[in-house]
Amino acid sequence: MKFLPLIWHSLTRKKLRASLTFLSIVVAFILFGFLCAINEALVGGVAVAGADRLIVRDKVSIINMMPVTYKEKMERIPGVQLATHQTWFGGIYQDPKNFFMQNPVEPEVFLKMFPEFALPKDQLKVWLATRDGAVVGRKTAERFGWKIGDKIPLMSPIWPKTDNTQVWTFTLVGIYDGAEKRTDTTALFFRYDYFDEARIWGKGTVGWYSIRVKDPARAAEVVRAVDAEFENSANETKTEPERAFVQAWASQIGDITLIVSTILAAVFFTLLLVTGNAMAQAVRERTGELGVLKAVGFTNGRVLTMVLSEACLMTVVAGTLGLGLGWMIISRGDPTGGLLPMFALPFHHLLTGFAIAVALGVASGILPALHAMTLGVAEALRRI
Amino acid sequence: MAPLFNWLLQVSAITRFGLMSLPRRKGAVAATILGVAGVVAVLVGVLSIAAGFRRVLAMSGSPDVAIVLRSGADSEMVSGLTRQETRVISDAPGIARSARGSLASAELWVILDLPKRSTGTDANVPMRGVERNGLEVRPGVRVVEGRMFELGKNEVIVGRGAASSFQGLEVGKMIKVAHGQWLITGIFTANGGVSESEIWTDAHVLQEAYRRGDTFQSVYARLNSPGDFQTFKDALTSNPRLSVKVERQSDFYAGQSETMTRLITTLGVLIASLMAIGAVFGALNTMYGAVAARTREIATLRALGFGSAAILVSLMMESLALALAGGVVGAVVARLAFNNLQASTMNFQSFSQVVFAFKVTPDLLVRGVLWSAIIGLCGGIFPALRACRLPIATALREL
Repeated sequence: MKFLPLIWHSLTRKKLRASLTFLSIVVAFILFGFLCAINEALVGGVAVAGADRLIVRDKVSIINMMPVTYKEKMERIPGVQLATHQTWFGGIYQDPKNFFMQNPVEPEVFLKMFPEFALPKDQLKVWLATRDGAVVGRKTAERFGWKIGDKIPLMSPIWPKTDNTQVWTFTLVGIYDGAEKRTDTTALFFRYDYFDEARIWGKGTVGWYSIRVKDPARAAEVVRAVDAEFENSANETKTEPERAFVQAWASQIGDITLIVSTILAAVFFTLLLVTGNAMAQAVRERTGELGVLKAVGFTNGRVLTMVLSEACLMTVVAGTLGLGLGWMIISRGDPTGGLLPMFALPFHHLLTGFAIAVALGVASGILPALHAMTLGVAEALRRI
Repeated sequence: MAPLFNWLLQVSAITRFGLMSLPRRKGAVAATILGVAGVVAVLVGVLSIAAGFRRVLAMSGSPDVAIVLRSGADSEMVSGLTRQETRVISDAPGIARSARGSLASAELWVILDLPKRSTGTDANVPMRGVERNGLEVRPGVRVVEGRMFELGKNEVIVGRGAASSFQGLEVGKMIKVAHGQWLITGIFTANGGVSESEIWTDAHVLQEAYRRGDTFQSVYARLNSPGDFQTFKDALTSNPRLSVKVERQSDFYAGQSETMTRLITTLGVLIASLMAIGAVFGALNTMYGAVAARTREIATLRALGFGSAAILVSLMMESLALALAGGVVGAVVARLAFNNLQASTMNFQSFSQVVFAFKVTPDLLVRGVLWSAIIGLCGGIFPALRACRLPIATALREL
């Protein structure tokens, strides 16, 4: 520790070069944060999917509707604790660009099934008493500046109403928050009973079911039992754990993780060259001084440590700053305006980033440090 | 003329010195070139995804083909038309006719679950039911392997993109559609358009399999000429028995790609801009290094009478040359690595898979090299200014 001032002075010896290297590392780590957030936005749903929940959809196609009566049959299957359904509404708020999900649900069971949506008790009460009531997540409410009591018109191309109009107007009775920080709070939910009564076609059908199993360890049995129950019926089912469903969904978008890691690798390789080069230059210039240090009794090990710490100090300080800035920018939200509702940077990525900063310091400093260590005193002093 | 010529001579002499001394600064030079190459490769690579995606949807639209959906629907997925409505539409003025009647095809559009070849996980593959004239409506569609499906039978033809991206789509094999096994009789192409991601069959057979009753989702109509579009549209929108939306096929597909293109372009430019800032710092570092190493040399040149402007310009040229070299390397790498790379993704608007190939267009290559030039100029200007501002006496003393 007592050599810290010495390390600091060698680092800031060429201020301009040091600050340029410093800045490029900062930029690289802002980028790292960004790519992690993009990845998280596209495949992050996998991590938040409930381990004890299954998704049941029509075996032929996810766009086929299933009878609402399946619910009771599912609840009778051993191992099933709870079953509820949702349906894709696909409404448009003012402009198709303002996309967010809207589904009709059974309020009470729905909130039991998905405890990650935290709706205040009194708002649930109002919802149960308001037939055309809807609740929306904090993010979407803030996006459009909605307040409780507002009327929300949604144009639905899929679901015309019995009066042959396509605009459904809901009364906003509640705003839910995410129980966890990563919960997606963009969706709007409204009552299935109201929906079923007012739509012109498809009455008595739903889009898909969610099932909560009593014991996640025996989920596979329940999956088989559900599919067996509806075998040879008009709507055969395909049941799978929520996690598997979300995973498959994410991989439909493409192999994002691969693309992201390729870019990251390119960035860090470039960065390694820049920092490594700057360090090498710095050590070369100081050959004489290092010789003096050795002559006055610094051991080889100590010289090695000093040069390595110099490199690490640079990358760690710059890396931390970059991660911090990246985190601040990302916290301001989705840059694409609604396409990536889960755009956020979870803490564990910051830790990974920090570890990478240390590794980068070691990797870029090791060659110059070894060079400094093996330097012969006499030869080094000759260069003064 | 003579002073200008003299000045150019100075610039070229100093630039030559600079470039000849590059091998002495191998490490720094390589770092700069590779840094810029990285930026350009990533920029071009990411934008080529958007270009490829846009191209597929652009190739899909013909100006003399119109598509009719229920009003308010922004994709075939959410549209719905009854038999009566499709009949009225097929009789509208402006539609071309052949021996087999009006060139209109009422179509059904559903999704099939098929495993992706690359990941093995289920993907939403679009399946289209077409009427007898479905192929004549679209001039570019051709069966290239096997034969056309027979009407009324459980047979399908598969687009070339779908065949290469999803498992089990080969001529002669069976696939599971709804509750039965259907025979694949052929592979078709559609000028590289989005139809190549689809599976086609007879609309009436598909209606039964998916229990759709006698309803459709869209009508595709071939017009006599692109100019007849307005007549056709007016006739339909003013008809009180219909509530439909009429679009040219080309406009419709441009709209379909909008979300995806916006997503990729926003993120791509964002990432590349950040990388470019990093690369400017890298270039600045190299050039400051170059100037520092040659302080005495530059001072000597100035003492000999070389002008400041000549020194400034030649240092900028040197930086520009390094960055351009990086830009070209990056562009070549992107072209080799990404061009025609096949991928498939979810089209958010239609809720189904679109198969496309990355396209590294000449336009993108030029854009990448332009970025590298900007990086080079930004990275060269400050060191160059410093070099020609330093007092000669001070600089010469730095022996």
